[in-house]
Amino acid sequence: MSLKKLGNRTVKLLNPPSIIGNYTIVGPKEGDGPLKNYYDQILDDDLWGQESWEKAESKIQEEAIRAAVDNAGLSIQDIDYLISGDLLNQIVASGYSARQLGIPYFGLYGACSTMTESLALGSMLIDGGFADNIICATSSHFSSAERQFRFPLEYAAQRVFSAQWTVTGSGATILSSYGSGPYITHVTPGKIIDPGIKDASNMGAAMAPAAMDTLIHHFRDTGFSPSDYDLIITGDLGLVGKSIVLDMMKKEGYDLTGIFTDCGVEVFDPQKQDTHAGGSGCGCSAVVFNGFVLKEMAKGRYKRVLFGATGALHSTLITQQGESIPSICHAITIDINSE
Amino acid sequence: MDKLNKKDYENLVNKKVPKPTYGKNMIMAFIVGGIICTIGQGFTNYLQSVGFNEEQVSTGVSIIMVFLGSLLTGLGIYDKIGKIGGAGAAVPITGFANSIVAPAMEYKSEGFIFGVASKMFIIAGPVLVYGVGSSIIVGLLSILFKG
Amino acid sequence: MEYIKTFIIGGAICVLGQIILDRTKLTPAHILVSFLTAGVILGGLGLYEPIAKFGGAGAKIPISGFGYSLSQGAIKGAQEKGIIGAFTGGLQATAGGIAAAILFGYTMAIIFNPKTKD
Repeated sequence: MSLKKLGNRTVKLLNPPSIIGNYTIVGPKEGDGPLKNYYDQILDDDLWGQESWEKAESKIQEEAIRAAVDNAGLSIQDIDYLISGDLLNQIVASGYSARQLGIPYFGLYGACSTMTESLALGSMLIDGGFADNIICATSSHFSSAERQFRFPLEYAAQRVFSAQWTVTGSGATILSSYGSGPYITHVTPGKIIDPGIKDASNMGAAMAPAAMDTLIHHFRDTGFSPSDYDLIITGDLGLVGKSIVLDMMKKEGYDLTGIFTDCGVEVFDPQKQDTHAGGSGCGCSAVVFNGFVLKEMAKGRYKRVLFGATGALHSTLITQQGESIPSICHAITIDINSE
Repeated sequence: MDKLNKKDYENLVNKKVPKPTYGKNMIMAFIVGGIICTIGQGFTNYLQSVGFNEEQVSTGVSIIMVFLGSLLTGLGIYDKIGKIGGAGAAVPITGFANSIVAPAMEYKSEGFIFGVASKMFIIAGPVLVYGVGSSIIVGLLSILFKG
Repeated sequence: MEYIKTFIIGGAICVLGQIILDRTKLTPAHILVSFLTAGVILGGLGLYEPIAKFGGAGAKIPISGFGYSLSQGAIKGAQEKGIIGAFTGGLQATAGGIAAAILFGYTMAIIFNPKTKD
């Protein structure tokens, strides 16, 4: 019998894990963006002395994890499990950073939803008594994502206005059974929603219904309303997806005006940085959550946050076969109090 | 969300997605494409003036323009021209050169056989397949309808 | 005058490509393939020649002009050497451009590294 299940799909954690440390590393473009003062480390060179973009991404993730462990006042030996993922084929950025770290490793693929997927699973592992300290991490890199999903960097193609810009960066969060908050109190896993969008340059529109589905189920299961939160922030829907969610949620009876935003919208300045519809990639929600959200919670600006990273679970191969883009959103509640 | 109507949703999305700046894009394509072709005309006139025959001029101009497209791609300039000029940079033969050089550079990290040499043709390969294939058909038809 | 004609024809062909890019889901790679094939077909039907006469490099530098050269080469080969000529003529006429693209493509890849966009 499940003691911790609420309603249709939400989990209420009875021993909510605490976030005891975190760290963010971003590339130069992100470090020039509106949230530049929230990041722990900004790179001058997004190759970071490595031979390839993929190796650079892996290094960024590894260093973010090491620094987060430091930030929590722990050492690598204190960590029970590492739960991480990224966008590269066979999630190699994570596998290769785990090779360096020597921590028992669970690799996840949730595309850009990986940050909340890892936090959700990590929280449940700790709540269940399976571990004391867990690292949740993700990364993405503009240049490794471009070559895998789009065109070579020097190829002369125009980007459409609905396209998003993959964030170069990594965020790592340390969850612990000890600590004084903020706590992860609820987890609402998403199911796959596919609104039939086939255009891989319009991910925001493909993912927006998945975000809405998870938010609505979260409210129904927990009995919370949007006003119970100081901030509701989704993964990387960008400007197009954010606007769709605001409109359609209103039709469903949830007015999110003023408390809702999206990591992809916050991470870049579309006018100054020419990023079109905003940021995307696993690293997008990872750096906005670990940088902006947690730091503002520490300052006391937000007491309770609903964070739902969104992911598009397609590949270039299957898109070429004519398939539409299935999407997912996992949501977690972060609260400065454990009750 | 289970009862989401895909057609209605598509209409909503189409309203939300910002439209391309059609007029500006067309003007920029015209200007950039026009400039590239005019440069080609300059080389054509030069090669004619030094006494090349028609076939040599045509081949010579192709080689020069391909070289320029390749060099600008290598220097990291052609993708910026493409961002401004769109089809104005993609359609000329310099864009064909760009489509070869860009993946060749990008996949150097995977080695010189399966990286550079094989990925060179990810975009140009289809161009050659359809171009050469259809030209053979045209040649054969020209025998059939001779006269 | 010659340069103005070149500019107008070359620019117009590119504008056509831009309209297709903006109004459809097709990518620049689709444009390259379809314009080249259109050049071959129009060349085969004798319809590209007047454009090339009028526009000079404006018709020859766009990829459709490459297609035109392919078709003219194939037709010339076929008329002179029969079926074998139909196979060899197209590539013969365009060999310089293709060989240049292969050589310069490889050389540039050795010399330069791709740079992140900003």
